[in-house]
Amino acid sequence: MIGSPDVVAFTKEDEFGQTSPDPWGLPEEFSIPLYPPADSNPWAKTSYAKFTKDFILISEFSEQVGPQPLLTIPDDPKVCGTFDLNYFSLRIMSVDYQASFVGHPPGSGYPRLSFVEDSRVVLGDSKEGAFAYVHHLTLYDLEARGFVRPFCMAYISADERKIMLQFQEMSLRFSQASECLKAGNRRAFAKELQRKLQDLEYTHSVLQREEGLQREAGPQSMYSAHVVEKANELANVEKSIYEHRDLLRQISSYYCYPRRDPHAVTCQRCMTECLSECEALLDKYAKLANPFSYTAKGRKREDGQGESDGEGGEEEVEEDEEGIKRRSSYTPQLIKAKSAKCFDKRLKTLQELCDDTFYEATMELLKETERSFRGDLCYLHTRRLDKALRKKQRVTNFLFEEDLSDDVEDDGGILQPFCAVNHAVENYTLLNPPPIVLGPEPLKLLKPPDSIDPISETSNTLESELGLGDNHLESSPSNQTLETLESSEETKGSFSSDKSGMGPAEKQQSLGNVSDPPDFDLTTDPDQITDLERESSSEDMETTAGEDEGDNGGDQPPLSFLEVASELEANSEDDSERFSVKTCEIQSDLLVPIDSACCMAQEGFLYEASAPEADPLQGHSSCSQSSQTLVVNQEPQSLLPLQDDYFVGSPCTEKTVAGLELPIGHFGDAVSRNSFEDGSDCTMSASTGSDRAASPLGYGGTVTLRHRKKAGQGALRFVRQYPFAMQALWCLLSGRTLVVLGADEGRVRRLVAALALFVPGPGKCGERVQAWLCCPFTLTDLQRWKLIGLQRMASPVGSSMLYSLSRYSRYISILDADQKTLRCPAYQGQLLANLADHRTFIRRGSTYFLHTQSTLCHLAAKAFLFTFTHHLHLPVSSTEGPEVVEGRRRCFLQEQLGLGEEDSQILLYLSHLITQRYLQAATGSSGAAPCFSFKYTTSVLYKI
Amino acid sequence: MLRWILGGREAQGSVEKSSVLCTGEEQPKNWFTELQVLKGHFDIVRFLVQIDDFRCASAGDDGLVLVWNVETGERLQELRGHSQQITAITTLICSDGLMSHTLLITASSDRSLSLWDPDTGNRVQTVSDLQSSVKCLLVLERLCVWLSGGEELCVWNKDFQLQCHRQNHSDTGITALIELPKNCIAAAMDKEIIIYRLTYSTDSSISLAEIRCLSDHQDQIRALINVNDGLFASGSHAGELILWDAIDWNILAYEHILWEESPPSALAEIRLGAPKPSEMSIQHLTTNGKLILAAVGSGLYVYSILTKTVVAYRKVAHDSNVLHTMLVSDSELMSCSEDGSVRMWEIQDLPLPAEPASAGFFGMWTFGRSNKQTGPPSKKVIEVPNIRILELTGDLIGHSGAVQMFVSFKENGLVTCSTDHLLILWKNGERQSHLRSLALFQKLEENGGL
Repeated sequence: MIGSPDVVAFTKEDEFGQTSPDPWGLPEEFSIPLYPPADSNPWAKTSYAKFTKDFILISEFSEQVGPQPLLTIPDDPKVCGTFDLNYFSLRIMSVDYQASFVGHPPGSGYPRLSFVEDSRVVLGDSKEGAFAYVHHLTLYDLEARGFVRPFCMAYISADERKIMLQFQEMSLRFSQASECLKAGNRRAFAKELQRKLQDLEYTHSVLQREEGLQREAGPQSMYSAHVVEKANELANVEKSIYEHRDLLRQISSYYCYPRRDPHAVTCQRCMTECLSECEALLDKYAKLANPFSYTAKGRKREDGQGESDGEGGEEEVEEDEEGIKRRSSYTPQLIKAKSAKCFDKRLKTLQELCDDTFYEATMELLKETERSFRGDLCYLHTRRLDKALRKKQRVTNFLFEEDLSDDVEDDGGILQPFCAVNHAVENYTLLNPPPIVLGPEPLKLLKPPDSIDPISETSNTLESELGLGDNHLESSPSNQTLETLESSEETKGSFSSDKSGMGPAEKQQSLGNVSDPPDFDLTTDPDQITDLERESSSEDMETTAGEDEGDNGGDQPPLSFLEVASELEANSEDDSERFSVKTCEIQSDLLVPIDSACCMAQEGFLYEASAPEADPLQGHSSCSQSSQTLVVNQEPQSLLPLQDDYFVGSPCTEKTVAGLELPIGHFGDAVSRNSFEDGSDCTMSASTGSDRAASPLGYGGTVTLRHRKKAGQGALRFVRQYPFAMQALWCLLSGRTLVVLGADEGRVRRLVAALALFVPGPGKCGERVQAWLCCPFTLTDLQRWKLIGLQRMASPVGSSMLYSLSRYSRYISILDADQKTLRCPAYQGQLLANLADHRTFIRRGSTYFLHTQSTLCHLAAKAFLFTFTHHLHLPVSSTEGPEVVEGRRRCFLQEQLGLGEEDSQILLYLSHLITQRYLQAATGSSGAAPCFSFKYTTSVLYKI
Repeated sequence: MLRWILGGREAQGSVEKSSVLCTGEEQPKNWFTELQVLKGHFDIVRFLVQIDDFRCASAGDDGLVLVWNVETGERLQELRGHSQQITAITTLICSDGLMSHTLLITASSDRSLSLWDPDTGNRVQTVSDLQSSVKCLLVLERLCVWLSGGEELCVWNKDFQLQCHRQNHSDTGITALIELPKNCIAAAMDKEIIIYRLTYSTDSSISLAEIRCLSDHQDQIRALINVNDGLFASGSHAGELILWDAIDWNILAYEHILWEESPPSALAEIRLGAPKPSEMSIQHLTTNGKLILAAVGSGLYVYSILTKTVVAYRKVAHDSNVLHTMLVSDSELMSCSEDGSVRMWEIQDLPLPAEPASAGFFGMWTFGRSNKQTGPPSKKVIEVPNIRILELTGDLIGHSGAVQMFVSFKENGLVTCSTDHLLILWKNGERQSHLRSLALFQKLEENGGL
């Protein structure tokens, strides 16, 4: 192998894997992936990398020039800087573990296509400071040696751990891309074959005609060298036809193969489409196959073409749909007996090798992959944590949190097997559901450990396969190797026998359409080949897991991904058992107070639920007591994210109680279970990295985290600039529509963008916010929008607008951006003092954003508690009147949550939204108009 | 109030306008703290009919009749069929022994009458190609017939079969119909009220006979209502309110509502120009048996049947003509107007005029208009010592056009319809919130947790 790159997974103890003291002491929920302490500078590692940020590289092992880089994603020369792509391509292409096999299997006269599963490998280059996840794949090319073109896609990063820890997700994403590319390639290959077959058949007919002419010329010339040569040529062409036809059959039988690749995610519809297309092609050539019948037609090529078109009508339609008219406009060409030398001809580019739609889709997938892995590990990690935690509070998420994409919510984090070519989601099936847990899960993923060293095993595999491949490559018949075929006698023999063998051949072809199991047996040794391939695939897994995982994998409790990662970093000698226990202990230490809080909340809820039946009086008192403890001692904020589920008012809550009682009773076991759950949660989200935050969308599109962070700066400025910011925020949070009035569009828009942070439940695309309005608004608008930027105009339109302002003044608050005044009900509460502190020390917008987020999250938690506490809304006993409930609610808000009248309104509004949302989820979107609540209160004018 | 946003000349004008009558923004007695906007009509919505406790039908110039669920705000049915605006709508209760079933009768400018089933949305019956469009409908449950009034008066049975009809020779036609005792019917036609009697002949056919023509009104009759079994009332464009005996059709009381007692204030002139007759036109009459509430121009006028005197009034209750009124209780009333608002009033006793606090009281509730109103009330107060005042307790602002009509569903809320093509459902926010909580916990129980 050239250069012998460091295969990272196997070279843990070399200079990269600093044997660092365990940086994973914190429970993984809270641990931020620390840089190894050996490096004082966290960016030291990246500092000597010659590229600035991670990128994806696609390279090819060209049979003409060797490894060469094809393209990078993002396609920007700045990305890779001075990094030597050529050199790196050489490295990554020199470790291809794909079990490729090409050539004639003994006993079959035809060259075989190898259906190669992808291989995944992580490797690093110490000198370049680059590490890469490398995904090898093989595409088919009729003109290539052995019909295969090895490619690889690599995710290159300066951070080794990033790759190691994201391996599973990378693997999934790249597999998707690879599947897509390969699907497109098979289509393109089938089309190419078809063209080739047309050429060959045409050539055949021409040759036959010539031979016939010579035959007529006289018997004396029967055995002349010229005639013999012609006959040989003819035989060669015929052989070639059969071979190509067989290739076509093979490629169409691809779909019938069981996939051994656990990551192979295939789109059912793409598959069926391809399959049907291939079948149609096969049918067509099975009919056209008789060279002699073609001769008759071939005299008039136009006719033949027309007829073939007629036969292939079905495909024509299909192709027309795609706008590809290549075939219908294709004129068969005469194939020269001597084809061009291998090095003379231009090889197809990647794009040409692949159907256009699929190519584009693949590129999209890869771009998305690149986007989703942007940022350092710490960032990725926290984002995923955040997402995992947020997933647990679906009921209140819509209020202030960035919207989680739907697919995440739907399938609990499995990377949505979506088709890149945009077929409907339901068409997809996971051929083998991909493993979710990032860390190695020995029981599931790994075979019982083999005694053979993986490396030698691989090299064995490679050698044997390469050897086989070489043997057959020489004789593999494609057009360039026509002249190297065996002697004319043999060809002739095969040709003559062919006549009689036509029937069975056809039958076999038609069989191949349906399913082609015997094909598999035609390879050298079925057992051997499957074994080899299986081994190679299992070895892929080991690449992730680390070499020692297989040994103690059997009885290990399922570890979460970070633990495993740290374990990988730590020496393999480390007793993993002890290690995990230690982690668990630390984890549990941290988890205890929080979990107990959960339990308290839980008990409170449960009690409320059962109280009415049991003893109303006692129920009431203890209810308030429990909720009091809950509220006073524990901030709901800390309660929320860690509770698994809330169960209120249902009799079947025993289960949850058990789940939440963790820290009190059975210690280690429960906690480890907890950590496992959390871990799986975390990794689930880890495998679903979304590009939401990174994808900048246009105005009016989805409100992304980035937008909101940017808004943080504006909000901070607003808070610092306006002493009545608190009142403005209160208006927004208590559901009173805020109209930002101003003459300058930019200023108004900026203000609106900043204030939009505080609009509860702004909707996925910020539907509740109207950034700029130039016409008078109506009541419906007020109902729809909670924050409106309104243009101040001097025209008649302006006066009518002002009229609407004064008319609806009872429903709105008006922030005058020009005169810097705010007209809204008086607010004297304390709740927002922290949020809208005029003299805040926060200087950075993003800091303020986070501060805001936490405060709002806090609020949402309180609102949740309030909404779902039974006795605050409904009487506990039948003797209680509504006044009692009202009193209790007031008491709860004022004494337990410590909220004043105005602050309570915030909570009531949030609670209203939660209720509405919760009820709507049940009925779906009913035809009923939304409710609009308001209060009749006096407004006050605030000035700077 | 809003001078700070407005500024400039026209702004001042609008400030003046809004100060005609202004409750504070604080309205503790106004419990309508939640609203739902019901969309569906494409033109002015003119009529609202209550079908049962939770349904109401709305009809308007777009020829559509929509059936709404007042509890949820859902649109239940869409009754399409009329090609032109609807001119009258009423309910027809069909009871087949056990079940009573409410149907809707509509009349339209396309000169057709239709019977609808609001449950299914089907058009059960229809009569088209009438000679003229129908302006009013009257159902006589007792006789199992119903009448349609326009240029002709027709009597129909419940199967939409014409029983008899009578041509009228007035240009305006019949504008209002009420039922009187002894199978009599009063029809308002221009300045006259004509009494008809329905008689059943032996072959069970019905005939209609004109018995009496009451022509005491000086101007066109705008409103005609039944007060109680023995009384009915009519109001004219010239502000005459006449109370009639329902049996012998004599005038029991005659009240001419004239505002000329009050010297037209300068401000009012600026606003509306010279006082038009419409200022004293009785737009709408409503009663609860003890009181008659008359919408006179943009004012409200409460007349006691017992004492046959004006109990309370307010000349300028709205910025524009009052279109519909309702007596919620003996002391509470509601009115809606072309100015787009619905106002709620309370009849309150005036403090003793001698009391020194009275000036302050006046100042408190109408700070902007003391110069306008001091004239008439003081005069009235002197004339009728026990007169009371109408105190504005709250208003509902939401429509951007004239509020044509409203229907109250008691605690379920209030439905208003307007020229802005919308209906608004006003509700008690607290009650709704309680109902939502109930639903929430019910759903929680169904789901077995969150």
